[in-house]
Amino acid sequence: MTAVLEVRDLCTHFDTRDGVVKAVDGVSFTLHPGEIIGLVGESGSGKSVTGFSLLGLVDQPGRIVGGSIRLNGTELVGLSGKELRRRRGREIAMVFQDPIATLNPLLTIRQQMFMALEAHRRLSAEAMEARCVEMLQKVGLPEPAARLNAYPHQFSGGMRQRVAIAIALLHDPAVVVADEPTTALDVSIQSQILYEMRALAKQTGTAMIWISHDLATVSSLASRLLVMYAGRVVEEGPVARVLRDPRHPYTKGLIASLPATARPGAALVQIPGTTPSLLSLPPGCAFAPRCPHADPACQAEPPREQNAERMWRCHHPLNLAGAGA
Amino acid sequence: MLGFIIQRILQASVVMAVMSVIVFVGVYAIGNPVEIIIPPDATQEIRAEVIRRLGLDLPLWEQYFIFVANLVQGDFGRSFIYNVPVLELIAGRLPATLELVLISIVSATVLGVGLGIYAGYRPDSWISKTIMAVSVLGFSVPSFWVGLILILTFAVNLGWLPAGSRGQVVTVLGVEWSFLTLDGLSHILLPALNLAFFKLAMMIRLARAGTREIMLTDTIKFARAAGISEGRILRRHVLKLISIPIVTVFGLELGSTLAFAVVTETIFSWPGVGKLIIDSITVLDRPVMVAYLILIALLFVLINLTVDVVYALIDPRIRTRGA
Amino acid sequence: MSTLQSPVQSPLRRFWSEYCENRIAVIALAVAILMALLALLAPFIVPQDPYDLEHLSFLDARRPPGFVGSGGYTHLLGTDPQGRDLLSAILYGLRISIMIGLTAGAVGLVLGTSVGIFAAYKGGRIEAALMRVIDLQLSFPPILLALILVALLGQGKGQLIAALVAAQYAYFARTAYGAARGERHKEYIEAALATPLSSAQVVLRHLLPNCLPPLIVVATVQIAYAISLEATLSFLGLGLPVTEPSLGMLISNGFPYMMSGRYWISVYPGVALIILIIAINLVGDQIRDQFNPRLRK
Repeated sequence: MTAVLEVRDLCTHFDTRDGVVKAVDGVSFTLHPGEIIGLVGESGSGKSVTGFSLLGLVDQPGRIVGGSIRLNGTELVGLSGKELRRRRGREIAMVFQDPIATLNPLLTIRQQMFMALEAHRRLSAEAMEARCVEMLQKVGLPEPAARLNAYPHQFSGGMRQRVAIAIALLHDPAVVVADEPTTALDVSIQSQILYEMRALAKQTGTAMIWISHDLATVSSLASRLLVMYAGRVVEEGPVARVLRDPRHPYTKGLIASLPATARPGAALVQIPGTTPSLLSLPPGCAFAPRCPHADPACQAEPPREQNAERMWRCHHPLNLAGAGA
Repeated sequence: MLGFIIQRILQASVVMAVMSVIVFVGVYAIGNPVEIIIPPDATQEIRAEVIRRLGLDLPLWEQYFIFVANLVQGDFGRSFIYNVPVLELIAGRLPATLELVLISIVSATVLGVGLGIYAGYRPDSWISKTIMAVSVLGFSVPSFWVGLILILTFAVNLGWLPAGSRGQVVTVLGVEWSFLTLDGLSHILLPALNLAFFKLAMMIRLARAGTREIMLTDTIKFARAAGISEGRILRRHVLKLISIPIVTVFGLELGSTLAFAVVTETIFSWPGVGKLIIDSITVLDRPVMVAYLILIALLFVLINLTVDVVYALIDPRIRTRGA
Repeated sequence: MSTLQSPVQSPLRRFWSEYCENRIAVIALAVAILMALLALLAPFIVPQDPYDLEHLSFLDARRPPGFVGSGGYTHLLGTDPQGRDLLSAILYGLRISIMIGLTAGAVGLVLGTSVGIFAAYKGGRIEAALMRVIDLQLSFPPILLALILVALLGQGKGQLIAALVAAQYAYFARTAYGAARGERHKEYIEAALATPLSSAQVVLRHLLPNCLPPLIVVATVQIAYAISLEATLSFLGLGLPVTEPSLGMLISNGFPYMMSGRYWISVYPGVALIILIIAINLVGDQIRDQFNPRLRK
């Protein structure tokens, strides 16, 4: 199966007055049609910037300084703004965290959906209307035809997010980047939307990158997991295997801090310390200051190790023997 | 929607009632017009007669009630100085002011919003920096000074445009207008430019600040992620989103432009209401001052009312909430 | 990004170094300070005391820049209709304009801030009533308010300042109120109120410091505006008495002569006025941008 999206050594840096922030520092992964991968990390780990880099939408003063992003075989890095725009929404789309902020409160759902359609296709009003109704139905919005004339504020948060998802999927993009799209919603709505997104991805063959700080959500949805720390992917692999025997101590810490994995009555385990400032990263492994396994060797750049289905960057990987890798 | 409007009208009436008391007491409590109107060498009898005729011998509250009773009948009293009904006096001067103010503020808004959106969209380009420099100038330089420079440049040195008066007027609907004749237009150009300059600066700033904030929002990011072109984002999303502050400020500025017309009219000898009020203040012509203030207050209330209604038309959230 | 932390630096030093990055703002600050100094030292540096009527000669009136007058020295910027040296008159006018602007700004700041914080602190009906009045006043153009007040109170320095304060304090009140109200409901204020600190201490230690940044911005803008407003009123003949010619009055005095080409009498005082106002506004703009967290890189 050929990859729909191939990211190699992506580097996105921000030139600030205090120095260069390497928000994304050498991220690589491959996405196949219909596949859902989860991108996990704490806030500031660079997962959202990775998502925006894929669409060429990094805010000033950030810019992609190196690497390659191949979407359906086309190199996106270095493409003109116009060429990028032609692909956004049609080949690669994005859903954001807060549906209240993403939709324009002063325009009707119809106006906003029509605008997204007209960005890439010339259709009659009837055809556009039909397409919008179809998409709204797919994302589970009741009475879609009547809802087209409504304004965003007349909807609940969950419904607004469905509308945003419908807009993102209007052109059946090959890849959807979902940046914490359920974080702002009620838990009950969250699982509904997760379920529907997975069904949609399967149905349309759309591949998805699901960005979240919540390991539990991602693991119920994705097939592969990428764990990011301080701008780098520190571990990658199939969800079940990464959860069962994490290689990187940071991944292990994330898993241990999940409420579901804790024994009842026992205190939740927390990773000691806080995310380091990207301006003053320690030499070598950025996680070393918080790592229980750290030793002087961690001052050196951790090697990138890889086998058929997993990747990790650590001087002292865990579970190597037990997993039989 | 109707309930919303009625509620606003009630609020407006309360504000007007309060304003009338404040204005009346404010104007009547201080200063004594008798000193100015009556020649110092007048006899005691003439003095008493004048005071009685003007109703200045009554207690303040009684004067107020007479004033309000007359007001309700549309009678603002007579000018001490011109000895004609105040309303007539003001109505005669109003068209000159209105045409000046409207031409200024409409052109300032259209131009200012366009330039401001550009400056907010491309804050680092040299065009934007030039726009902002002009706006800082317009914001900082006092209106009267701009007027002087305009006269010095275009009337005195270049001799292109006249420096004062309304020029040739045409009578339409029983009212004289300058902007309908070529000569009138040439007369209105400089004062309108003078009056518009500050508003232009204001609109540029407002539109730029709004655009900068909006461009950072997820709404714009989401629109970009959907592949919508920058031109459409600016025209459909940004313009719509900044229209709320623009409408508010347009309303407020309509009032303040009327106020600034006082300065412009004085410099350009434009025979409008502003010049009338300055003249009235210097001679303490109370009825004119009171009428002017009450009318200005009424205008403000009406403007605010209109702004609220327009708001509701633009913003669906208010529309449904207020109904 | 919450993870970005700069090396430790005192906030004031950091603010200053950020300020210095904008060259125009630095020049503006220097100009504003220079003009304030010139105004302050005017009596010692002017070639001629413009109030000393005995030494004025009508032979010297309305002379162009560079004219050597009967006093024996060159009038660099020419002379005004009374035969005064324009440069001296401008420096004295600057003195009056700055003094009025600063006083009106300071009184407005204190009065407005007190009203705003009081409203935010008290809450309830007092808050609603006070802010209603403030909002009503804000919707009224300050120039009109000042115009009417000056007309009613009569001419004089005190009356003029009172009129300017009345026209401007509402801006400070609104700003202080907005900032204080936002803080009022934050947990740390609730916590401070629960401790045995007196309420005055809470206001002084917690509410006031948090209102300062927006108030500083408003203060610079309002001082510039007060200067401009005073000049406008004086130009209209409703400002200071003739014995104390501010810049606005100098401009007004020269206006009738402008048509006959004697531009300098109005233009030079105007240039001084504008440089002053623009300099203050540029400083205010830069401070505003630095306080706006959303525009920071």
